Amino acid sequence: MNSKRTDRLATGVIYLLVAIIILVLIGILGNILIAGVPHLSWHFLTSASSSFEAGGGIRDQLFNSLYLLVLTLLISLPIALGAAIYLAEYAQDTWVTRLIRTTIEILSSLPSIVVGLFGYLLFVVQFGLGFSIIAGALALTFFNLPILTSNIEQAINGVPQAQREAGWALGLSNWKTIRGVVLPSALPGIITGIILSAGRVFGEAAALIYTAGQSGSTVDYSNWNMFSSTSFLNVMRPAETLAVHIWKVNTEGIIPDVNLVSAATSALLVIVVIIFNFGARLLGNWLYKNLTAAKVK
Amino acid sequence: MNKHEQDLQEVVDQAIAEQKVPHVKFKKIVPESVDIARLTSPSKETRQEHWGKGLTSLAIAVIGILIVAIIGFVGVRGLATFVDDKVNIFNFLLTSNWNPSAGKDHVGAAAMIVTSFAVTLLAALVATPFAIAIALFMTEYKSGRQAQFLQSVMELLVGIPSVVYGFLGLTVIVTVTRSIFGGTGFGILAATLILFVMVLPTITSLTVDAFKAVPQDLRKSSAALGATRWQTIFHVVLRAARPRILTAIIFGMARAFGEALAVQMVIGNAVLMPYNLVSPSATLTSQLTSQMGNTVMGTLPNNALWSLALLLLIMSLAFNFLVRLIGKRGS
Repeated sequence: MNSKRTDRLATGVIYLLVAIIILVLIGILGNILIAGVPHLSWHFLTSASSSFEAGGGIRDQLFNSLYLLVLTLLISLPIALGAAIYLAEYAQDTWVTRLIRTTIEILSSLPSIVVGLFGYLLFVVQFGLGFSIIAGALALTFFNLPILTSNIEQAINGVPQAQREAGWALGLSNWKTIRGVVLPSALPGIITGIILSAGRVFGEAAALIYTAGQSGSTVDYSNWNMFSSTSFLNVMRPAETLAVHIWKVNTEGIIPDVNLVSAATSALLVIVVIIFNFGARLLGNWLYKNLTAAKVK
Repeated sequence: MNKHEQDLQEVVDQAIAEQKVPHVKFKKIVPESVDIARLTSPSKETRQEHWGKGLTSLAIAVIGILIVAIIGFVGVRGLATFVDDKVNIFNFLLTSNWNPSAGKDHVGAAAMIVTSFAVTLLAALVATPFAIAIALFMTEYKSGRQAQFLQSVMELLVGIPSVVYGFLGLTVIVTVTRSIFGGTGFGILAATLILFVMVLPTITSLTVDAFKAVPQDLRKSSAALGATRWQTIFHVVLRAARPRILTAIIFGMARAFGEALAVQMVIGNAVLMPYNLVSPSATLTSQLTSQMGNTVMGTLPNNALWSLALLLLIMSLAFNFLVRLIGKRGS
């Protein structure tokens, strides 16, 4: 009887703790969305931010976040893809491989502020790039690479061995098999991985404060010349992203409508992250169904 | 054509000459001669193979160079405080007099080190019971839809950017702690509450893996002995998964230790030895984020900050090492 009562008690406690966490999430999401969404207007999204007065928007920050995301993925994706293919298909279990895996683990657990400061030291100071989008994108690459690599490796490992053997049986080289057989079937998993890492990059701020900078320069959206200093495509201009913007307005607190701006920006960030999360899952399932012969679990 | 290839050519020619298959019209299938150069050169497939392997190895090399560069650069800058500015390393670690612009006797990081460890340990302490409960719920109690739902809850918690947590802490938690405990509301308590939510998904997902790795047979044998579900969990599952749960907690702590912006927004940023949970203080990361821009490269205040960064890096490596150590013990 006693042990049964303990069992029931334990079950109760576990359910209670789970319920608390669900309430915490509802509280967090509710708080962010209720405080922020009413202030999300077209005007807010499309007007420039102001440094001293109320009523500024987040146009440049929004564009910078997206631009930085694209640049980061352009740099990190090829490297991550190559590294993941090597680890999944070529690497034997030797000390070199183990060292590489350890390296990737260490890289993925480094605090993002350390990565950011390293980026500052190497790209901003040493290479003389100054606070710039490209320095930010390179720093984010560091931050992104290990996660992307292990995601892609998992996706590749998920491809059944029989598919590779079929490729070899046709006389294809290992590399041809990987490119023609393994990668297409791993594609849904790879794309899901990319989207999830994109969500992280989008909200990252600590690695960007001292690389992409905390100030926006005047940007002209009709200037398509990448090398002009006022062009929105120029990678050498300093750029503040959405996440950095929230941090900056809260720590400096010069504008009077700090709470409004950060609540709305937070809501926007969270909405984007939710879209990324669900989008990744939906797109992954859809691709899985349509690109591969396998059944959806 | 070298000696080896000449020999090969002779052997092949001889083989062609001696070839006898009576039933087949044999001029048609046997070549008149054989081009040894083509025979011995790598096939197209082999070349593709080399190309692919080279390309992917290059990517691996890039990652290797990155980690060496990070440790190298941060290490050199971080050590400058002790090498160039002759700061005593024990003073740095053990005293809490932090005012680097006043000279080399005022570089004591102990207050920040203590605060960093305090928030990390407290966050892990609060998060672990919740993480274990959620993991048990997902693996031992419900599997299908409910587990999936909790999984997405965790993914959402991971996905929320850290500045958003910081902003929430600033507007909600700090206000609440201020009204309950008085003072400014900034401090270790607020940081702990935020970090608790931030590290929870990390600890949970690794704990779920730990429980899933416990063989089903153990549970069945326990049930066959008449144990209740809780007895099975407490005496069998938790015990078998203990090393991996410990690893999960350390991973969570590593995340909490390195978290910068969310903590910086709620900790108060006063470099003081914390004397209670609601007095403003500073962690290594918060001091770094808020001060790095205010110092000039190469001066003592700047070098001292880089030493904090080095300390963070070393702690991150130490957490990794600890995980490895436990992993080895466990297996």
